[in-house]
Amino acid sequence: MIELLSYGAFFLTVALTYAIICLGLNVQWGQTGLFNVGVAGFVAMGAYTSALLTTPEDPVRFGGFDLPIAVGWLGAALMAGLLSVLVGLLTIRLRADYLAIATFGVAVVMQLCALNLEPLTGGPFGIGFIPRPFGWMAEDRLTFGLLNLGLVVLTTLGVYLALERLLRSPWGRVLRAIREDEQAALALGKNAFAFRLQAFAVGGAIMGLAGAVQAHFIGFIAPENYVPMLTFQVWAMLIVGGSGNNKGAVLGAVLVWAVWAATAALISAVVPPELQARAAALQIVMIGLAICIMLLVRPRGILGEVRTVSRHVHEASGKK
Amino acid sequence: MHFGGMRAVDGMSLELRRGEILGLIGPNGAGKTTMFNLIAGSLRPSAGQILAGGADITREAPERRIGRGIGRTFQIPRPFAEMTVLENVLTGAQHQTGENMLANFLQPGRVSREEHAAVDKAQGLLDFLTLSHLANEPARVLSGGQRKLLELARVLMADPKVILLDEPAAGVNPALLEFIIARILDLNARGTTILLIEHNMDMVARLCGRIIVMAQGKLLREGKPDEVARDPAVIEAYLGVAA
Repeated sequence: MIELLSYGAFFLTVALTYAIICLGLNVQWGQTGLFNVGVAGFVAMGAYTSALLTTPEDPVRFGGFDLPIAVGWLGAALMAGLLSVLVGLLTIRLRADYLAIATFGVAVVMQLCALNLEPLTGGPFGIGFIPRPFGWMAEDRLTFGLLNLGLVVLTTLGVYLALERLLRSPWGRVLRAIREDEQAALALGKNAFAFRLQAFAVGGAIMGLAGAVQAHFIGFIAPENYVPMLTFQVWAMLIVGGSGNNKGAVLGAVLVWAVWAATAALISAVVPPELQARAAALQIVMIGLAICIMLLVRPRGILGEVRTVSRHVHEASGKK
Repeated sequence: MHFGGMRAVDGMSLELRRGEILGLIGPNGAGKTTMFNLIAGSLRPSAGQILAGGADITREAPERRIGRGIGRTFQIPRPFAEMTVLENVLTGAQHQTGENMLANFLQPGRVSREEHAAVDKAQGLLDFLTLSHLANEPARVLSGGQRKLLELARVLMADPKVILLDEPAAGVNPALLEFIIARILDLNARGTTILLIEHNMDMVARLCGRIIVMAQGKLLREGKPDEVARDPAVIEAYLGVAA
């Protein structure tokens, strides 16, 4: 029973870290129509930033600075946001398909940097001994797991509520307007470039935060965590859950992660050990299958885009 | 203004006077919409100047023009299809504190007050243009004529001093046409200057004190509606033969 509970806590914690990434992507794609195919790069930026800031000093590489975890998370969001602004300044004027190519390139560059900038990132071996929240409780697995889950739930909830507030504000309305028709938005005085850049930065910062949360939960990061596969998973989550819907982004993350974990469990139970490494590819197949089924049955995702109306409009029309 | 080797608008000069309704007519391909796009900033002229109240705005970005008091509608309406009609109109509001991301957390009271005021104003405009019953429908369900009205409501939300209307009555049924004419006269009576592109000569004659005729990117004639309509050069430009 305790085993099951602590596995449940572990599963949900990991799933919710993906949910945070997915919320970030939803700001970019779901709300603003920015086709970011470099999600992994921004997550990596956050993970490495927080790892450098919070790990104890290591003579063979730059840092760590042994700072509190909260500082690491903040720094992660900040640096990933900054990276987004820089990338955005260069690429955000590009049409959707070119933006996709550019962001994919950024993610590959980030991964190669993580792999090769050994003095900074520890190279292929990555960074270990990343402090875990409530680390002093680690002996008691269940309590430790539940406390971590609580922290991730709170973080997810905080991001969710902040985003809901933003997307139901005049700011969110302008983003949707630009997504729907840029020419018309320009004619109404909306600086499409500035708003796109903001949405890209907010989404990127959230992805960075998620990367940090993930890194501290696992306690160890390496370049192979931040391959295009990660980007693909997060996109699958958003498509399944419902692009343009924050609840959908969270739900999709949990469901797709469940499919991923269940397939892994099934493979280790059914497939003979010598074939398991190859059978792992079936996980990707299952995710692909989930996307295909979703696009056929419910192309807008399980929840689909809600017609987001500014919350003030609701209040105002309710009055009458 | 040229597109490759094609000169769409060439040596054309136009002055819009405060408070007037100026008609811009001419056969298809004369360069009327290009002229609009130049004034609205969607296109940059290869040569020449655009002045607004004395200020040179030739190189100013399109999103700055509304701040100069210049609003426009599009020949083919461009509604924000997945947004409600009311939200479409709200998007036209200018200087909204809530469009600053952080203000939504730091000054929620002010954002809320401004939004309430904007909603009241938008509902007033929807009443003015008889779209109120559709306020909460997504804009994609609107008919062609309703889209024309929505374009107008949206730009009016920005309180422009000048409105560029690109064929506001194209493909509109006769009853709605009368309604649109009445509304344009209303707006003009309240002090809005209007530059109107229109093929419906009856409508142009009823609305405009002055007309400019373009043909092949150039100014052909300028004058009162009845003078212009009788002008042989204008008739030839439209029909292609000397009448």
